[in-house]
Amino acid sequence: MTMTADLQLWLLLSAVLFCTGIFGLLTRRGALGMLLSIELMVNAININLIAFGCYRGDHTGQVIALFGIALTVAEVAVGLALLIQMSRTMKTLEIQHAKELNG
Amino acid sequence: MIAFGITAVLLLASAFMVVMSRDLVRAVLWLAVALAFTAVAFIQLKADMLAAIQIMLYTGGVVTLMLFAVLLTWRRDEGKPQIEIRDTAKGALAALSIFALLASAILRTDLPETGPMLETDSEAVGALFLQDHIVAFEALSVILLAAMIGAITLARRKDAA
Repeated sequence: MTMTADLQLWLLLSAVLFCTGIFGLLTRRGALGMLLSIELMVNAININLIAFGCYRGDHTGQVIALFGIALTVAEVAVGLALLIQMSRTMKTLEIQHAKELNG
Repeated sequence: MIAFGITAVLLLASAFMVVMSRDLVRAVLWLAVALAFTAVAFIQLKADMLAAIQIMLYTGGVVTLMLFAVLLTWRRDEGKPQIEIRDTAKGALAALSIFALLASAILRTDLPETGPMLETDSEAVGALFLQDHIVAFEALSVILLAAMIGAITLARRKDAA
């Protein structure tokens, strides 16, 4: 084993991180908490992409990870705008109250 | 190896605090810690530029945005912004079974034997962005612009139009 960790260890780390995100997504009721968990899952995916790129000697993994980061930032901006609007119209962020499409 | 261990433990601990913290503001701040440690992991994987972008966009931008959202949607009569955590057992079961699936896939696959990249090469990454993937890069900027306009339109008050 070299000085740096094995690819397998990186993949396992990112799998644990992803599952932490899934746990948060399933146990939270507030929409903001769920958004936080989605952020964790996206980070796990980025670690995966970069780890594969690093161990294959290929920089394309970093390119895809950057696209992922930018798309997540766009998603967060629109998601938070939606949540602010939701808290205005429904007076709550608990997702089980969001049953009506025509708020 | 030691650096990997320390990063992994701290990253997972802060991620755990994100999902378990009942105070929403604290959860967002723990998310900032987790994202910063992800940047450390990127540096260990020889992706220095991505680490810088991670710090600027996530720990700088996204976390600030999230804190704004938490405080904007927090109504005073409810006290501190608490979040309910329910169905912990079911959530843990689902997360553990997905982890078992992923781990068995990781451990069974023959991963490439090649060693890791030994030094960071931001020049090559920049060349990939601006030469090989320039169309996707430009499309990405359009997407970001669209998201910005969409976020402003959505968050605006209806009567202020």
